[in-house]
Amino acid sequence: MRIFDPHIHMTSRTTDDYAAMAAAGVKAVVEPAFWLGQPRTGPGSFADYFDSLVGWEPYRAAQFGIAHHATIALNPKEANDPRCRAVLDLVPRYLAKDGVVAVGEIGYDSMTPEEDEAFTRQLAMAVEFGLPALVHTPHRDKARGTARSLDVVRESGIAPERVVIDHLNEVTVKQVKDAGCWAGFSIYPDTKMSPPRMVEILKDYGPERVLVNSAADWGKSDPLLTVRTAEAMREAGFTDDDVDLVLWRNPVAFYGQSGRLNLEDRQSAEGTFEGSSILRGGS
Amino acid sequence: MTGINDNEAVDDLWDALDGTPGRPWLDDAVASVRKEPASIARHFPAAGRHTGRETLPAEPGWTADQAARAVLLDALLATPGGPDQVAELYRYGDSREKLAMLTAFSILPEAPDEQVVPILRDALRTNDTRLVAAALGPVADRLDDDAWRQGVLKCVFMGVPLAGIHGLHDRGDDGLALMLAGLAEERAAAGRDFPEDAAALLTDLRRDDRAGTGQERDAAPRPGDAG
Repeated sequence: MRIFDPHIHMTSRTTDDYAAMAAAGVKAVVEPAFWLGQPRTGPGSFADYFDSLVGWEPYRAAQFGIAHHATIALNPKEANDPRCRAVLDLVPRYLAKDGVVAVGEIGYDSMTPEEDEAFTRQLAMAVEFGLPALVHTPHRDKARGTARSLDVVRESGIAPERVVIDHLNEVTVKQVKDAGCWAGFSIYPDTKMSPPRMVEILKDYGPERVLVNSAADWGKSDPLLTVRTAEAMREAGFTDDDVDLVLWRNPVAFYGQSGRLNLEDRQSAEGTFEGSSILRGGS
Repeated sequence: MTGINDNEAVDDLWDALDGTPGRPWLDDAVASVRKEPASIARHFPAAGRHTGRETLPAEPGWTADQAARAVLLDALLATPGGPDQVAELYRYGDSREKLAMLTAFSILPEAPDEQVVPILRDALRTNDTRLVAAALGPVADRLDDDAWRQGVLKCVFMGVPLAGIHGLHDRGDDGLALMLAGLAEERAAAGRDFPEDAAALLTDLRRDDRAGTGQERDAAPRPGDAG
């Protein structure tokens, strides 16, 4: 079984997680830029974070044989802080990078005018740079937030098949599928979505244009819930090919639209196991 | 088209890229940088997507994207104010861009020390073995001895092969021998291996020392003593 986790915040995870993921079949990840729990207060802090997503983290992942790509954006939550607005001027510089396969996470947190502006501007950047977009949906007021996100996506002129609307559930999936966007699901231990619920949604809507991720970060989360979902799919009667479609070929197809997904050479490009500063203890 | 800094090494890279699929893109990108130096922020990261990342048959020490980036950096350095943009280009580079710059500096003497040396120090502070090793290529001639010795010791510590370090045996001195011996002693005490190439270097430095004064190095602990 090969697994591509299309949304996971590895910066917050340990080398134990990388080792467990690699052992379980995770061979590729995309790490979207988001917030870090502690709100940031200026663009410099974001620049260092973005550097890590195109520098240190792919290197770290490569030590475990995992290909790492990133998405870059000013996230909706921090878009509300005027001290962080200048991040929008930094984002294009990073969208030019080889390892960046989408603009994201953009979208809504509290649906403020500031979030509107950041969302719209960054969707325009996705069009300009020829990149797909990863849209986060709010945890509160989710159904209306999802509908409004789809409106903004429509107005932006980006092709719907170049957009994934993420963190969906039973209530919000239909409108996203109807709009022609990709449907993203974050499988969490207790909250957003569970493997058994995911399997039911796959039965109802089919395995096409669906991305299943762990969205594991610094909160209570589990980087192996993609694997648990694959197992639950098989127990429910899905074929190995269905599992491969959802957990490998779909994310490859979605992020492949960037023209920058590099799963063959990524590891050698980022260094090998030999001489690794991580496996040997670092300095 | 040739480099405009009368730089033969850069001219060789131009020639090696001649006829490659990315060459027309590179011609346009260089013209763009000459006209508007700040445009390098967009062209530099895109190089690999246009030129590919294969080793150049005519220049086996260079991949196509690294060679293209060296050519772009050469063009930037020839523009008014261009040298002042080098630090920012490195600061916003991804790992492969940084690696390309560290490699290119070795053939770009026109890159000013006040830009290059802080970049080398930045690379030596990272834990990315590729960047640390690249900072110890021929460009390391610009580093002071203290920084250079620490860089070499860090390579031993991280398990980076020492063969790639420029001028290792010529520049190695008493101070480096002392530091190597200290690390060897710690490794021996911990029951861990000390890399063979580092042990051989230490032996060499001590052999050189027997021909010299030897005061400092005789005080150093020897790896064999502990094991």
